[in-house]
Amino acid sequence: MSLETRLRSVGKEARRTQAAPVGDPVLDTHEKTIFEKLIGTQAFWVTMALLIICVVMSIREPVFATEDNFFNITRNFAFIGVMALGMTPVIITGGIDLSVGSVMGLVAIVCGLVLLKQPIPWMPDWWNDATWTHSWWMALALGLLAGVIVGLINGVLIAYVGLPPFVVTLGMLSIARAVAVVLSGNRMLYDFRPDQAPKFKIIGGGQNLGLDQLFGADFPFRLSNPFLILVVLTITLGIVLRMTGWGRHIFAIGGNEQAANLTGVPVKRVKVQAYVICSLSAALAAILSVGWSGSANNSLGQSYELLAIASAVIGGANLMGGEGGAYAAFIGSALIFVIRNSLLMAGVDSNWQGLFVGSFIILAVVLERIRGKRRE
Amino acid sequence: MAVLELQGISKHFGAIQALIDVDVGLERGEVLGLMGDNGAGKSTLVKVIAGNFPPNGGEIRIDGEVAHFHRPVEAREKGIEVVYQDLALCNNLTAAANVFLGREIKRSIGPIRWLNHGAMYKRAGELFGELKSETRPRHLVRQMSGGQRQAVAIARTRLSNAKIVLMDEPTAAISVRQVAEVLDLIRRLRDSGIAVVLISHRMPDVFAVCDRVVVLRRGRKVADKAIKASSPEEVTGLITGAIHVA
Repeated sequence: MSLETRLRSVGKEARRTQAAPVGDPVLDTHEKTIFEKLIGTQAFWVTMALLIICVVMSIREPVFATEDNFFNITRNFAFIGVMALGMTPVIITGGIDLSVGSVMGLVAIVCGLVLLKQPIPWMPDWWNDATWTHSWWMALALGLLAGVIVGLINGVLIAYVGLPPFVVTLGMLSIARAVAVVLSGNRMLYDFRPDQAPKFKIIGGGQNLGLDQLFGADFPFRLSNPFLILVVLTITLGIVLRMTGWGRHIFAIGGNEQAANLTGVPVKRVKVQAYVICSLSAALAAILSVGWSGSANNSLGQSYELLAIASAVIGGANLMGGEGGAYAAFIGSALIFVIRNSLLMAGVDSNWQGLFVGSFIILAVVLERIRGKRRE
Repeated sequence: MAVLELQGISKHFGAIQALIDVDVGLERGEVLGLMGDNGAGKSTLVKVIAGNFPPNGGEIRIDGEVAHFHRPVEAREKGIEVVYQDLALCNNLTAAANVFLGREIKRSIGPIRWLNHGAMYKRAGELFGELKSETRPRHLVRQMSGGQRQAVAIARTRLSNAKIVLMDEPTAAISVRQVAEVLDLIRRLRDSGIAVVLISHRMPDVFAVCDRVVVLRRGRKVADKAIKASSPEEVTGLITGAIHVA
């Protein structure tokens, strides 16, 4: 058969197949209902696991279901939850930020130094003498600024210089911690100005966002400020990821960075923004933590980067990029801390906690693999 | 008047001459097959037209006007759309999200802008309908067949008022039936008056849809003739160098 006749036969074949319905028979074409979509998500199953643990614990340990314990657990996981929220966009782009724990330590020290009663020997006199430089809002602003600067350095090195996120943020983990130790003179800072410190501490240590005092009303519930801030941020990030062009671009970068670039997504800028948000969330967690504990320690946040990453991953974020969500980060951090709390109450040696958290991370990734296989 | 005219286009990367003095013209509603062996300069030529890199010499004219592209976005603004070899799709997003990637439809109240999901699903559905593709806007690209992916990539070019669509190996690595689907998509683009440049290694595809074929060999244009006046044997000879010039 000559090439030409073969060509003609291919043409015929093509025409014949055009006439046949073109739908791919392998593909399931029915639209999924909301319920089907819901049970397909990891966050849903984590929520179920969390509810079961809570029910079992409430029956076994009367202390578990008390208002005080609820107040404490929700506050304790809020710090990690806020960081996990910030980590989420970074993970969705396919990156990782290992420096968030150290950023917490750095920001805590920056806030502590601003609020400190004694003058700082290496700062100029005008700084030490002025009062506005030691106000609670200055501590807040400089703390957040420190977070933004670290995020900018991470983001620019990763997006514009093109270094791997793992390496850059691993370096930053060491750098930010070292700066925190040096700035603090390796001391714990707790001797704060009595006029400004209480105002700062209320941010992280208060409850009900001060609304009950504002309205002079007695609220029927008691929720810590960190937890309420976490809730607000979860809702905000959820809306941003789903409803804005920026959120869409974050997912696109994680799905196929090259494609995102070719279609005109400002990949580099969006990546820098993701790392800045991540560091900023760590800074906020540090500010809340300093407010709650009333002291600034340069070791604050050590190994928290792992908890933040674990929270996002347990909730369903994919470390390969392209998947993740605000609620996932929220529920992931909740699960980790409820398990910790439950183990403590059940009298399990606290040294075992790491084993459980680690197992859950691996389990989460295994589940993700299984779901991924079924999808293909 | 030719919608696209290339005159004496040259491009070199260091000492390597990728394109030497290439002239190509393209009419409205014409499908041009661009053929050549690996390294003959096909992809380089497409990238020059798409604005990925400026040529070292020569002129690009769109509708008779000289154009200088420094970035792909500038070429897109002039009505040049590209369907890339690897399709440039995000597997984790829906078909509609991929079609509108980088050009999302938004609603706004004052400075607050948010995605208009409904409008994007609707418009994407219409585009797939125009292309007579079974692709559904809400489906994830991950779950799609090669032909449906092509439909998504091609639908993207229909968003703007594209005059020229460049397709880099759209039929590589998909099944025979899906190839037929893609060739159909190309015919629909042609019927709506769009000029298509099809880069392909597959002789049957080029002879099935193209009106004209241009053959490149080592950066030089060695043939430019109507498909009816040529044959696969001749083109094969031109690609390999067995036939010198036609």
